[in-house]
Amino acid sequence: MEQLMEDLKRQIIEALNLKHLKPEDIGNDQPLFVEGLGLDSIDALELIVLLQQQYGVKLDNPQEGPTVFRSIRTMAEFITTAKKASA
Amino acid sequence: MTAGPIHIVGTGVISAIGNTLADNLQSLQQGRSGIGRITLFDTVHRETLPVGEVKLTNNILAFRTKSKKTLSRTTLLGLHAAQEAIDQSGLRDRLSTLRVGLISATTVGGMDRTENFFPAFLQDILKGRLRDVVDHACGRSTERIADATGIRGFVTTINTACSSSVNAIQLGARLIAAGQLDVVVAGGTDALTRFTLNGFNSLMILDPAPCRPFDAGRKGLNLGEGAGFVVLAPASLCAAERLTPLATVSGFANTNDAFHQTASSPEGRGSFAAMEKALAMANLTAADIGYINLHGTGTLNNDLSEGTAVKRLFGEALPPISSTKAYTGHTLGASGGVEAVFSVLALREQCVFPNLRFETPMPELGLVPQRTFERRPLRHVMSNSFGFGGNCSSIIFSKPV
Amino acid sequence: MLYISGTVSIQGNRIQRNGSAVSVPEVGGVPDFVTRVYEWLKPEYPKFYKMDLPSQLAFLAGEVLLRDLSLSGYDPAMIALTLTSASGSLDTDLRYAASARTMASPALFVYTLPNIAGGELCIRHKLKGENTFFITPAFDAPLLAGHVEQTLRIPGMEACIGGWIEAVDGHHDVFLYLAEKTKRGLAINHTAEELEKFYQSHYGTVDGGSEKTDHRGA
Repeated sequence: MEQLMEDLKRQIIEALNLKHLKPEDIGNDQPLFVEGLGLDSIDALELIVLLQQQYGVKLDNPQEGPTVFRSIRTMAEFITTAKKASA
Repeated sequence: MTAGPIHIVGTGVISAIGNTLADNLQSLQQGRSGIGRITLFDTVHRETLPVGEVKLTNNILAFRTKSKKTLSRTTLLGLHAAQEAIDQSGLRDRLSTLRVGLISATTVGGMDRTENFFPAFLQDILKGRLRDVVDHACGRSTERIADATGIRGFVTTINTACSSSVNAIQLGARLIAAGQLDVVVAGGTDALTRFTLNGFNSLMILDPAPCRPFDAGRKGLNLGEGAGFVVLAPASLCAAERLTPLATVSGFANTNDAFHQTASSPEGRGSFAAMEKALAMANLTAADIGYINLHGTGTLNNDLSEGTAVKRLFGEALPPISSTKAYTGHTLGASGGVEAVFSVLALREQCVFPNLRFETPMPELGLVPQRTFERRPLRHVMSNSFGFGGNCSSIIFSKPV
Repeated sequence: MLYISGTVSIQGNRIQRNGSAVSVPEVGGVPDFVTRVYEWLKPEYPKFYKMDLPSQLAFLAGEVLLRDLSLSGYDPAMIALTLTSASGSLDTDLRYAASARTMASPALFVYTLPNIAGGELCIRHKLKGENTFFITPAFDAPLLAGHVEQTLRIPGMEACIGGWIEAVDGHHDVFLYLAEKTKRGLAINHTAEELEKFYQSHYGTVDGGSEKTDHRGA
């Protein structure tokens, strides 16, 4: 789980062009949207692409986005659960 | 000599609901939507994403417009509608003797052909026909239409996303009012492509079912294709050439929402300002508008934002409103032109068109669009077009006096 | 009477303001021109990094143009924008099309329209007036000047940013200027000839030639 969260931080910085940030700048429980990193709706869509391309996990309903993408930890938990379910 | 009011003396349209003005009007009257399955190209989304395709192949379009079938579909659609508009205006033989402009708009340009060139080319650089890419640039479709219609004066292309073609009409009206041109053919065209289909799909704003603008259960838009053009001329020329004004361009405005690259501000500030300014230019109040042809794409964001702005501006004086995108799909760069023509049809026929597939009002607003085709006395019609990049346009057409 | 209050051009990796070269300091470890300019200007605008090349260049040109020309005296609804380009969003179209071969990128698709660069300027500087975008085969000073003039005749429009944004695959050709009804800054009469002169002024300078350096820069 720790490794997954570190990987996610790197991948998010890359995917969302967060060039001003390093992985250590992102807290595991820090809100990603609105406050915190201030990501927006397009970033959320890119995260959906990231989930699919890097982890093979699909998020079909964008309305679930705010919950899944609340923080690095919630993303990691979502991925872990989804992969267990499909295993 | 002043130009006087600027009139529309010709209209042409081709869309999913008809290849001519008469066809489109009949479909609008009969509530016949043109949304259906993709047939124009192969795509993984063939079974899952409905679209509004024009029901003519490129071969037939080329035949009907007396042009080459290897042209971009965007050009072919545009030419078809522009020729219809010019024919209706009665000015076809006068285009070389008057100061005439062509202001066209497109977002797709020649992408329909370019995207077919690349897969073969990327496998083998000797494959692929170069003629498929020569007309890629947006300006090329305009140049092709200018060449084919013999328009040699001011020729330019606007690309401001989904408000492009109404901005073309606004510019045309301004140039005539400023005395710089006698006649302007203005509008826009866009063809359906995998590029846009995949792109809008990645934004997750497409409805997997036929779209439901302004409905509480709406899930997004359906892409469409088509072209809509008008011929603009000043009252002074109409008198001199005995042209029949179909409608007067009485007011318009364009603003920027300055909020987000693709989403509208929740309160619809940019769209509110555009509608308000259009009324001011036309010297009208909200109560004077008899029908609003909404931008109404069917996305959660647009409809709530536009609905909020409309409700705030019109209040108790809300006229019948509807989005004809439920018929045609969202024709992107062509939508302003297509819907301008529909607005002129509404004025000519003294009717309002229904907002198909509407069932439940948005709970936040409680707005109920027009549900049936209805004949009503109309003096002024407003049409809205809002594009990505925050570009908000509103235009008002009036019955000529 | 309309006046050109200021101009900026970015040609290749060189910036000119009001016809004079602006030197951008070298930043250790930052080879890429666009990032160097951003770091030098320090606009504190993280969304910059999400923008495509045309939008980034338009943004940077806007920062340089407006640093001494504040728009705060205007009602945002009074400020207009007229942009032009030949290639439009072609650079991004290519990147997006490449992404679509595996999975289409929404962040790239957003920028596959030329006027999004204009949208970014509007968001940054709160420009809420008339805004448009023309596709023309080359820089067209008469079209640009003519349209800006016409726009400023619309009741309520008081200032207009005009420009040309041509940016494809490392080729930077950007020109931006501010036209106003009141005199300040350059205070030169707004004509197509003046625009053409300022746009062409890059071509008059050769490395080690007649370049005038403007050390007011930062």
